[in-house]
Amino acid sequence: MGIIYLLLFFSLIIAAAFLWAFLWSNSDGQFDDVEGPAMRMLRDEKSPKSSTNS
Amino acid sequence: MEKELFKYDNVTTRNFLVATIIWGVIAFLVGVTAAIQLFYPDLNLDLPWLTFGRLRALHTNGAIFAFVGNAIFAGVYHSMQRLLKTRMASDLLSNIHFWGWQLIIVSAVITLPLGITSSKEYAELEWPIDIAITLVWVVFGINMFWTILKRRERHLYVAIWFYIATFVTVAVLHIVNNLELPVSMTKSYSIFAGVQDALVQWWYGHNAVAFFLTTPVLGLMYYFLPKAAERPVYSYRLSIIHFWALIFIYIWAGPHHLLYTALPDWAQSLGTVFSIMLIFPSWGGMINGLLTLRGAWDRVRDSAVLKFFVVAVSAYGMATLEGPLLSLKNLNAIAHYTDWIPAHVHIGTLGWNGFLIFGMIYWLLPRLYQTSLYSEKLANWHFFIGTLGIIFWALPMYVSGFTQSMMWKQFNPDGTLLYHNFLDTVTQIIPMYILRAIGGTLYLTGAILLVVNVWRTVKSGTLLREEEASAMPLAPKYQKEKGEYWHRWIERRPVTLLLWSTVVILIGGAVEIIPTLKIDSNVPKLEAVKPYTPLELAGRDLYIREGCNACHSQMIRPFRSETKRYGEYSKAGEFVYDHPFLWGSKRTGPDLHRLGGKYGDLWHYNHMMDPTRTSPGSIMPRYPWLLTNELDFEILPKKLSAMQTLGVPYTDDEVETAKELALAQATRISDGLNQEENVETLPSDEIIALIAYLQRLGTDINPNK
Ligand code: HEC
Repeated sequence: MGIIYLLLFFSLIIAAAFLWAFLWSNSDGQFDDVEGPAMRMLRDEKSPKSSTNS
Repeated sequence: MEKELFKYDNVTTRNFLVATIIWGVIAFLVGVTAAIQLFYPDLNLDLPWLTFGRLRALHTNGAIFAFVGNAIFAGVYHSMQRLLKTRMASDLLSNIHFWGWQLIIVSAVITLPLGITSSKEYAELEWPIDIAITLVWVVFGINMFWTILKRRERHLYVAIWFYIATFVTVAVLHIVNNLELPVSMTKSYSIFAGVQDALVQWWYGHNAVAFFLTTPVLGLMYYFLPKAAERPVYSYRLSIIHFWALIFIYIWAGPHHLLYTALPDWAQSLGTVFSIMLIFPSWGGMINGLLTLRGAWDRVRDSAVLKFFVVAVSAYGMATLEGPLLSLKNLNAIAHYTDWIPAHVHIGTLGWNGFLIFGMIYWLLPRLYQTSLYSEKLANWHFFIGTLGIIFWALPMYVSGFTQSMMWKQFNPDGTLLYHNFLDTVTQIIPMYILRAIGGTLYLTGAILLVVNVWRTVKSGTLLREEEASAMPLAPKYQKEKGEYWHRWIERRPVTLLLWSTVVILIGGAVEIIPTLKIDSNVPKLEAVKPYTPLELAGRDLYIREGCNACHSQMIRPFRSETKRYGEYSKAGEFVYDHPFLWGSKRTGPDLHRLGGKYGDLWHYNHMMDPTRTSPGSIMPRYPWLLTNELDFEILPKKLSAMQTLGVPYTDDEVETAKELALAQATRISDGLNQEENVETLPSDEIIALIAYLQRLGTDINPNK
């Protein structure tokens, strides 16, 4: 069942890529603030000119 | 630093939204048509391109890639700009992405009904379209990552992570599962065979559900649900855990589609264990979504958008609990091949995907058009009719799946099958098929209300093509040092690096491993198993063209109830020359793996002309055109030579004389048939090749049957 190893390989690569992404985002401080981002995404800052419509 | 002014692109979002609605209605309509054909086959009007086998592929591809696909892109293009406080990087790429994707869908709408298909579920499109998909996907990726790089918000909101995971994983899945050797512009053979092909297919199939129908839609949920509820997600921390846990576990669960097959036990168990583990992140996500509405339930009562979201998230929870349970071997033994599986799938697609998308459309469209929704009441009607539609769709299918499975397994006291005629188990569930079609029609009706509502809303507003916005620029985090090495530059761009290294490693791995797989030394070779004759191969390709595998499996599981009904259970070694595999996933008709020799040629001739002649009450379509169409003999040497390249042991002589060999075999079968009264065939009729294939099925190791 050589194919299993191929798929394991691809799956591991994807997993490794995500692990890396995780470690990067952790060290980048992406997870330092787990309150702010949830609040911030609710605010859409309009440009000063068009701030009339809500 | 001063605030920068810029503009969001709303046109691309609008375009994708309109495409979502149009293709959605078409996909639902095709689905309802296919559903009706299962109790009223005459609806296909004896037109080849309207028959069930071909329509089914059109319906699934339309629902997944056209309806959900366009909706994902609409949501991504809208939310990403706002989450990253920047316009999409390139209008040109946005346009290529949009039009390219629509072109791909149009080519699917043309080729699938024509029977141009690779037969692999949800990857049916032939190789030129596969390449186009890859290119458009790359365009989407470049546009997305470029946008991420020029963002004005340092933090990547969790939705963005879901989008990134979608992009990376789908790219890998699509390429691996569509590795195929072209024979002509419209025909190719999978480079994998038999068990291997099945494994690749379901590794793809499972993860396509995970990374096309789940992760991107979760991204949409984490954006649009808080927006519509006007309150932050219940726990942002939980959403992060949800994401990372989900993507690390999902990719390993694919083998649960192949329980009780020739797949090694450890791989089956791995699939089951990871499937069970998936319950936790999935339910974490569901709870997170529902609790976001805490204290806002009074608004749910009034808002159609929130109602859609609540049902969508609940359906997500139901489907992600049911899925792991279906991965348990004992439950799988009952549910596999039955209507239970379509029921499970439609909770996910109609409930989770569909309702989340409808909610998103109702919320987003009025905003793009600077107006309010034409009628909240109509949207509420859509919600109620749609919900009713889902219930009418799923409940009958649970009943029918369970009923039929039990009937398949009933024995008489003397050890014979109680329902030895498969057709009896079909006619039993016809009422359920009728109810299901009603459910689908209700769902479609709801979608038509959406069209009306959207149309009136759009008419009453004007599209805000360019939406002005402002944000502080991102403070540069790093200062370039003098004499800095290039790899330092790269290290500061982790996302770019992640992507390119994935690509490089994948190519490297593929180049190394794939050639060693051509004939797998580990699949036990069965001496008796021989390649198909040229005529049988041609017949097999007709089987693929007509989509017979949409209703028929070719994989007998090692259960007493199955070996009694069909014969010896299927062995891995029997499929080593099957490019692609044709195990199927649904038994609307009986398994065909041991069909060879069961009936005479005349029986098949009559059955294919009109199944009710041999099987009164059959719901299988008629295939009269097979009796008159002329088989393409010219292409046979090319087909054999392609198979040879893939490792099937045809001799050069056989390749060269493929035409003559096929003609000789066809003449024998045709002459035999012409002895019968009122039968008039030519060796070049397509039916002859199909009969040759059907009579060959499963006979290699079962010569006395
Ligand atoms: C809509 C689903 C459907 C499609 C598509 C379909 N079939 Fe069938 N088939 C059935 C059903 C139901 C039966 C059982 C009743 C009967 O014998 O007609 C059946 C029976 C059969 C049988 C008899 C099997 C046996 O052991 O008695 C054969 C052979 C067969 N189909 C071949 C085909 C071929 C070849 C195609 C494609 C050209 C095809 N079928 C497409 C539903 C389907």
